[in-house]
Amino acid sequence: MLHFYLNNQRIRTDQPAGSTLLDFVRYHQHLKGTKIGCREGDCGACTVLVGELQPDNTVQYQSMTSCLTPLGNAHGKHIVTVEGINAAAGTLTPVQQAIVQEGGSQCGFCTVGFVMSLTGHSLSTQPATSQTGLAAIDGNICRCTGYKSLERATEALTQQLAGRDTEQPLSWLAERQFVPAYFQQIPAQLQALRAEQESQPATNGHSTEAAQVLGGGTDLLVQRPEHLREVPVQLVYDRPGLRGIRQQADGRVVFGAATTAENLRASPLMQALFPHLPDYMKLISSTPIRNMGTVAGNFINASPIGDLTIFFLALNASVTVGVPGKGSRDILLSDLYSGYKTLTKAANEQVLEIHFAAPQAGDCFNFEKVSKRTHLDIASVNSAVWLRVADGFVREARISAGGVGPIPLYLARTSASLVGQEITPETVAAATAIAQSEISPISDVRGSVDYKRLLLRQLLFAHFLRLFPERLTFRELV
Amino acid sequence: MNHLDPVRHVRGESQYIDDVPVQQGTLHAVVFESPLAHGRLRAIHVADALNAAGVIRILTAADIPGENQIGGIVPDEPLLAEGHVHFRGQPVALVLAETEHQAQAALHLIRVDIDPLPIITDPRVAAAQGELIVPPRTFRIGDSGAAWSQCAHIFEGEAETGGQEHLYIETQGAYAFPTEMGGVRIISSTQGPTAVQRHTAHVLGIGMHQIEVDVTRLGGGFGGKEDQATPWGALAALGAFVARRPVKLVLDRMADMRMTGKRHPYSSDFRIGLDANLRILAYEATFYQNAGAAADLSPAVLERTLFHATNTYFIPNVTATAYSCRTNLPPNTAFRGFGGPQGMFVVEAAIVRAAEALGVAASEIQRRNLLRENDLFPYRQPAEMCNAGLAWDTAEQVYDLPKLRAEVAAFNQQNEQCKKGLSVMPICFGISFTKTAMNQARALVHIYTDGTVGVSTGAVEMGQGVNTKIAQVAAQTLGISPNRVKVESTNTTRVANTSPSAASATADLNGKATQLACEALRERLLRHACTEYTLHYEGLDIRNEQVLSAGQPADTTWEKLVSSAYWQRVSLTENAHYATPDIHFDPVTNQGYPFAYHVYGTAYTTVTLDCLRGTYTFDAVRIVHDFGESMNPAIDQGQIEGGAVQGIGWMTMEELLYNDEGRLLSNSLNSYKIPDLYSVPQRLDVHFLETPGHPRAVLRSKAVGEPPLMYGIGAYFAVREAIRAFRPAHQPTFSAPITPEKVLLNLYPALAPTATSAVVVSNTAVA
Repeated sequence: MLHFYLNNQRIRTDQPAGSTLLDFVRYHQHLKGTKIGCREGDCGACTVLVGELQPDNTVQYQSMTSCLTPLGNAHGKHIVTVEGINAAAGTLTPVQQAIVQEGGSQCGFCTVGFVMSLTGHSLSTQPATSQTGLAAIDGNICRCTGYKSLERATEALTQQLAGRDTEQPLSWLAERQFVPAYFQQIPAQLQALRAEQESQPATNGHSTEAAQVLGGGTDLLVQRPEHLREVPVQLVYDRPGLRGIRQQADGRVVFGAATTAENLRASPLMQALFPHLPDYMKLISSTPIRNMGTVAGNFINASPIGDLTIFFLALNASVTVGVPGKGSRDILLSDLYSGYKTLTKAANEQVLEIHFAAPQAGDCFNFEKVSKRTHLDIASVNSAVWLRVADGFVREARISAGGVGPIPLYLARTSASLVGQEITPETVAAATAIAQSEISPISDVRGSVDYKRLLLRQLLFAHFLRLFPERLTFRELV
Repeated sequence: MNHLDPVRHVRGESQYIDDVPVQQGTLHAVVFESPLAHGRLRAIHVADALNAAGVIRILTAADIPGENQIGGIVPDEPLLAEGHVHFRGQPVALVLAETEHQAQAALHLIRVDIDPLPIITDPRVAAAQGELIVPPRTFRIGDSGAAWSQCAHIFEGEAETGGQEHLYIETQGAYAFPTEMGGVRIISSTQGPTAVQRHTAHVLGIGMHQIEVDVTRLGGGFGGKEDQATPWGALAALGAFVARRPVKLVLDRMADMRMTGKRHPYSSDFRIGLDANLRILAYEATFYQNAGAAADLSPAVLERTLFHATNTYFIPNVTATAYSCRTNLPPNTAFRGFGGPQGMFVVEAAIVRAAEALGVAASEIQRRNLLRENDLFPYRQPAEMCNAGLAWDTAEQVYDLPKLRAEVAAFNQQNEQCKKGLSVMPICFGISFTKTAMNQARALVHIYTDGTVGVSTGAVEMGQGVNTKIAQVAAQTLGISPNRVKVESTNTTRVANTSPSAASATADLNGKATQLACEALRERLLRHACTEYTLHYEGLDIRNEQVLSAGQPADTTWEKLVSSAYWQRVSLTENAHYATPDIHFDPVTNQGYPFAYHVYGTAYTTVTLDCLRGTYTFDAVRIVHDFGESMNPAIDQGQIEGGAVQGIGWMTMEELLYNDEGRLLSNSLNSYKIPDLYSVPQRLDVHFLETPGHPRAVLRSKAVGEPPLMYGIGAYFAVREAIRAFRPAHQPTFSAPITPEKVLLNLYPALAPTATSAVVVSNTAVA
């Protein structure tokens, strides 16, 4: 049995752990407010809130697209659909009011997704700003409004949230009908649920031995939803041992395989090491998908264009893989890929950790990505660079590039060519020329060969222009 | 007054097809599609699939009791493939199973034998091979052939616009129930309930009276559910008719994208001639429309391309010819603008081509050639109550065009890596179905004995706010609160023989019909008040639910009046018919007075281009729009914002890609991108032009659905301006959408020789 709360309802279900939360909500619980737009996390019409009990016994809510949320990942949590926030007697919550008031709903099909995302924004423990408000709805697509009315609604809401009580946010929010009063009971109810579950672990086709590992669901539930509903799955998203980001005494940063993109983005350690991290992460999927998708999943999916793979290739990251009970080994990320969508890892080896040497003070890092749509899109080409530079000379270099070969590429020769060189337009031009010989892009829906070659050149220029504006100018390079 | 529906939308209480509670015994249907784009269909093997768990029936063309034909304008489209397949994704068989999963699983067990035939995806190739849907059409005024000799400047070139996926967030679907007497009731997500009814009756071989179609609302339509909701309604009905069980058919996103048609891609040639004062003397255009494998609405779309071929300009000598080209793609269909935007893009390209060659701003040519009062369109209708110049001049004043230009120029001087571009996009769009007969509507209005009102019309609510507008018309005409008015679902048994909700004309047609019905009821009630309360009819009025006699409250209210009327056996129901007056059009001479009126406006688009990465952001779109006397500024502004952004999407990131086998490559939301929150213009200003409105518009409030889409065309030209600010000697091809890929290849043409050079040649001036 999986046990969780759906709105103010205690749920016990024997539906498969690998089925989707969306289908459970719509077709088993008949809560039809949650809509199906794409079933691939790209539209946000099915957005729900997932509340998770924190160590301090508060509940933190995140928006997730229920189409890609494995039902098993709801276990022990509070799932909130629009029916769970609707106020009695047809009155509207402030979020709903703002959307109606500003004309943010036309056909209405995407609307509930926006309502849930903005309700999640209201429930956030972070200060509400215009930026965080927009970020909250950046995974929601609307075909009718052109978003301006939704921006206005978000802004109106953000102003209301400026007065949010940081000590007792739930009672403040409940008082103003952002959420119904029952939300205040949820922390205690989840604690009780947890205590109860410790003696009775969940099954539903979920087992720690199952060969099919399932994390955030953001890739597998797009690709093989029927399969996941039918086979036993090993849920790793909530396994405590696989979470957390820490720095070891030797300087290496280590994080668990279930670390999500949002965990990375929000990590003070990562932000300190990569001051522009929020900018990079804004280019990677959307808020709800970052809440779900794991870094390890991005690696194992083996997409030649995986954003986080490209990011960590430039950092020379390694993955620790293991077979339960049989020890573990490390594989360099740059050795993980043997061909298009194939891995050097054995099928029964599971990613446990990811680790990389933290950049030192003075090291340079940059991540670039261009896609047809700047946000919430898959890259045409992406690239990351890490450089150790002294007195204008490159001492060490690592450059990665995605979308230009069958696997996420570490540009070994390009990187090597830079070592010992002074950073000049000539050096950069020479490196881009070598890069062209290391890549083998194909024409596809993300762009033609000509484009990808040209774009990689431009992105390599972009790295150097960003990192060395005092040494290089745009006109010199292009 | 706000839109009525959103209060239900934000609570998730609005019901769409997939939200209808499932009736016991319902079968779930999925469609088996042609795996090839063209071929002879030899055999369909369904035996294995029939043996699969839960499968009840598999229907093919042979199971159709009536005629296997759903073509609207031209009877060239079978419901289920028979003999041949003409596009990849064409419905071949319908699987009916106890659950959707079982139906999906059975799909994999069906096989077909198809002998492949040559595949055409390019409209010019189709035209060269004589593959035309209908004979070509030519709109002509003056004598362009003779006018060239008087032109000081002549330019020619090619222009291309891509298709556009509607991407209504609610996919297509229908739910059909067998009824007593062997009929079918269909709940459909359609803009055209009567089309679903008519074609289903035809397919089932029964009368239209046996088919009831009901539509509550759509989760977006944009033209994609005008004709192309019909196959799914008819297929679900066929299943229900044959199996005598309810049948639900809702397409998943990728099936919807694969199987349904989109906005027509066009490839066009233009030739434009100007005199020394930059007056356009002559314009010739040839349009090659990629119609896809069947006619669908293509001939009508083609016609509207010709209607709008000169956009908002007066050109005395025009020859515009259009070919509807049959290719092996899904039949392309209506999409907001309906061929108009495709025509307007070409004339704008021609003007820009001329401006660039002559070294003047395109807006110089645009302004000098704007329509003035009583100028004739090529189809001979005069521009009446013409606001083209007013919209242009108002925009200049409100937004200070010279200042905006100066800002762009200063920015471009100071920045190397980023360049800005500014475009001016004036629009003119004709309101009415160009097929005159379709400009009719009916409204059925009931006043219940408690004073509440139910209104049924042929209008389908799909987010455009038509229900709110109709409620407003009823409330205003009757003098009561809109809260008393309920706009009912659109149902073919209550209002018959409806035109689809399309052509921007829905609120006008159905609103006017509602107005007529409510005026009749109001008069009847006031006549009754005269006798019942001994009042003089002259000076009687109902305002805010109070009956007024010569401005003074009489001794009765709306509720009392209605109740007493009932007891005196006065009819509280009215059924009114409205037909747009004065309009006519002869499709043989291509002349007439097809439009009730025209809508005008002007948009400025400013973009900032990152010349390193080839990416861009829109700083602002500033619009002056001719709403007439807007009856609902909140709804109307929403239509402008949404339409403009949809147009920007079409011109920038929305790129439909088919391979040579006719397979859609941009087949999901992860490969076909529509604007998201961050990609829309940072500012989107809408200024309401002050005009008296138009008497043929409902409450003088002009139609607002399609016109704003064409403001998006300015996005293409703004980006192009920015490219030229970076590389002045380069002339990018007129090819939309101008994706980041095309931008970068145009910024660095020397580095991508194969991609950009070919088309520049045709832009060479010939005089």
